[in-house]
Amino acid sequence: MASIEFVKVSKWFDRQPVIQNLDLTIEDGKFTVLVGPSGCGKTTLLRMIAGIDPQTSGSVLINGQDVTRIAPGKRGVAMVFQNYAIYPTMSVRENIEFGLVNNKVPKAERTRLVETIGETVGLNDYLDRRPSTLSGGQRQRVALARAMVKNPLVFLMDEPLSNLDAKLRVQMRIELIELHKKLGTTFVYVTHDQVEAMSMADTIVLMNQGVIQQEAPPEVVYRKPSNRFAAQFIGVPPMNIAPLGNDNTTFGFRPESVVVGTEPGSFHYTAKGEIITREMLGAETIYQVKTTEGQAFMVKCLEDEFHVDQEVYLGVPADKLFFFGADEKRVEEQDARYREFMERLRGLAHG
Amino acid sequence: MDKKRIWEGLRPYVLIAPAMAGIMLFVMYPVGYLIYLSLFKYNLMNKDKSKFVGWDNFTQILGRGDFYRALWNTTIYTAGVVVLTMLLSLLIAVWLNKKSRFNSVVQAGIFTPHVVSIVSISLVWLWLMEPNQGLLNYVFKLVGLPSSAWLQSSKTALISIIIVSVWQAIGYYTLIIVAALQSISPSIYEAAALDNASKFKVFYKITLPMISPQLFFILIIMTIGSFKVFDTVQVMTGGGPNNATTTLVYYIYGFRTTNIGYSAATGVVLMAIIGLLTFIYFRLLSKKVHYQ
Repeated sequence: MASIEFVKVSKWFDRQPVIQNLDLTIEDGKFTVLVGPSGCGKTTLLRMIAGIDPQTSGSVLINGQDVTRIAPGKRGVAMVFQNYAIYPTMSVRENIEFGLVNNKVPKAERTRLVETIGETVGLNDYLDRRPSTLSGGQRQRVALARAMVKNPLVFLMDEPLSNLDAKLRVQMRIELIELHKKLGTTFVYVTHDQVEAMSMADTIVLMNQGVIQQEAPPEVVYRKPSNRFAAQFIGVPPMNIAPLGNDNTTFGFRPESVVVGTEPGSFHYTAKGEIITREMLGAETIYQVKTTEGQAFMVKCLEDEFHVDQEVYLGVPADKLFFFGADEKRVEEQDARYREFMERLRGLAHG
Repeated sequence: MDKKRIWEGLRPYVLIAPAMAGIMLFVMYPVGYLIYLSLFKYNLMNKDKSKFVGWDNFTQILGRGDFYRALWNTTIYTAGVVVLTMLLSLLIAVWLNKKSRFNSVVQAGIFTPHVVSIVSISLVWLWLMEPNQGLLNYVFKLVGLPSSAWLQSSKTALISIIIVSVWQAIGYYTLIIVAALQSISPSIYEAAALDNASKFKVFYKITLPMISPQLFFILIIMTIGSFKVFDTVQVMTGGGPNNATTTLVYYIYGFRTTNIGYSAATGVVLMAIIGLLTFIYFRLLSKKVHYQ
C-alpha cells in the first residue's frame, strides 16, 4: 500500500511540453482513475509512476520517497498494459513468475504463488499453454495475474479493458472492483472511457491537455462539475450547453434532467422544439430536440412516448441548471452571479 | 457434364503447369543429369566413348585424400563464417537498434559491401592483404603487431578468406536482424523492466527468442551459401597455397575438363551433405525457434 505524489512535474516530448508543473496526490488504498481524451497526458502520468518514461523535471514520490532515481522494477509497482505486453515466447506460468524469478523468490514459493493467483483469476488449467493459444479475455487475466503475483504497493493499469468486447468489459469491470476491495491496494487506472471512470473510481482525476480539470469522487464530478469540460466529458449523452448571452457565459443541463411534454410546464427554463432523432435503447430513449431558437439539445427519457418530427416542450427545474462563467468555470450557487444568471435565463426562456 | 468434371479435375494441374515446367527444366533436370553424369566416366570429346562405371566415381571420392582436405577446408570455412557473421551482425544490430541519424548512416555504410561485386571485394582485399606492400601489414607494423603472411601462407590463407566473406556478409544479415529487433513491441521491454529483469536476462529470455525465426533462417541460408563458396577462393588464392583453401566447389571446378563424371559425383556428395546438415538443423533447433 502506498500513496503517490507528483510534485511540480513536467514532461516534454521532442521540445513539446505535454505536462507542466503538475501537482497531484493519489491516496493510499484508493481506486483512482485518470480519465480524459486521448493525448491529455494521463498515460504519461502513469508511465512516470512506473518509471518507464520518467518526468523531465519535478519529482514523483511513492510513500513519501522520491523514486526518480529508482529503476522501474524496484519501485514496488506492477502495471497492466493496454496490449497486455505478455511475453509471447514464454508459457503462461513463465509469464506470471518472470518477476518472481528476477526477484530471486525460491522455486517452491514461486509455484505456490503462481497456483494461488492462477486460481484467483481462473487460469490454472492454462498454466502450461502458450499465450498465443489464449483468447483476449484469458490474455487479460494473464496480464492481471502477472501484476498481482508480485504483490505490489501500487497497481497501474493502462486502459486494460479497451481490447475486450463490450460484454467482457462489463464483466471485467466488476471483477476489478472486487479485486480492489479484496486487495485494498492503491489502484491507478487510466482510461478515456468515462463510463469506466464513473463505475470503478473512488476518485476521478479528469485531465485535458496536460492539465487536471477536476479531482473528485464520481458523484461530485457528475453533480458539481468544476467547468464546462468536466460537465461535457462525464455523462452520456454529454451535458447540453447553450449560450447565455454574448459574453461567452453559458448555461447547461443534463439530458436526464429534462422533462418533456406536449404542453409547456412551469419550469425555470422552458423551450419549444421539434424532435429530430430518436434512439430507443430499451430502458431509455434518447431524443435530439431542435428548439425554435435553433439550439439542438439531447434529452433522455425513461418512457418512449414521442416520435420524430413531433413538437414538444422541454422543461428544466431550477436546481438542475448549471451556469458557466466567461472563463468556462462553473458558477456556484453561493456566487453573486448565480442569481443574475438565473434571471438572465428566465428572460431567455420567455423572450 | 462429364467434360466439365474432367476439366475440374485437370484445372489445378494446368494452372501449376507453367511453374512446374520451369522447375522441371531448371531444377529437376539438371539435378537428374548431375546424378546421371556421376555414374559415368564421361568423355567430353566423344560422347560415345563415355563409359558407365556405376558407383566407381563415388568410391574413388571417398578414397581420395584431396577430397577430405577440401571437405575439411569447407567445414572450417563454413563454421568460421557462420559463427563470426552471426555473432558480429547480432552485436552490431543490437547496437544499431536505437533509431538515430548516426545509426542509419552506419547501417547504410555497413550494408554497402553487399551491393559491391564479390570479385571486386576479393581484389581489393587481395591488395590490402599483400604481405609486403599491403595496408593491413602496414597498420599492423604501426601499432606494433607482428605482420602476417595472409593469403600466402597455408596457415593463414583460409582464415583470411573467412575474414573477407564475413566482412562482405555482415551488412546484409545485420539489416535482417535490425528489422527483427524493431518488430518487437516496446511494451514487452517495459513489462520486463517492471518485472525487474536484468539487461542480460532481457536479452537472453526475450530478445533472442523473439528473433529466433530470423536467426534460424540466417543460420540455414548461410550454412548452405558457405558450403558452396567459390568466387572468393577463385579470385584470391585459386585454392592455394598447397590446397589450403581448396573448398568443395573449387575442387569440383578443378575437374571440369579432365573428369566431368568425377566432378558430378562430388557435386552429388556436396548436395547430400547440405541436405543432411539442413535436416539436422531442423531436427535439433526447430523446437527452440519461436514462431508467432
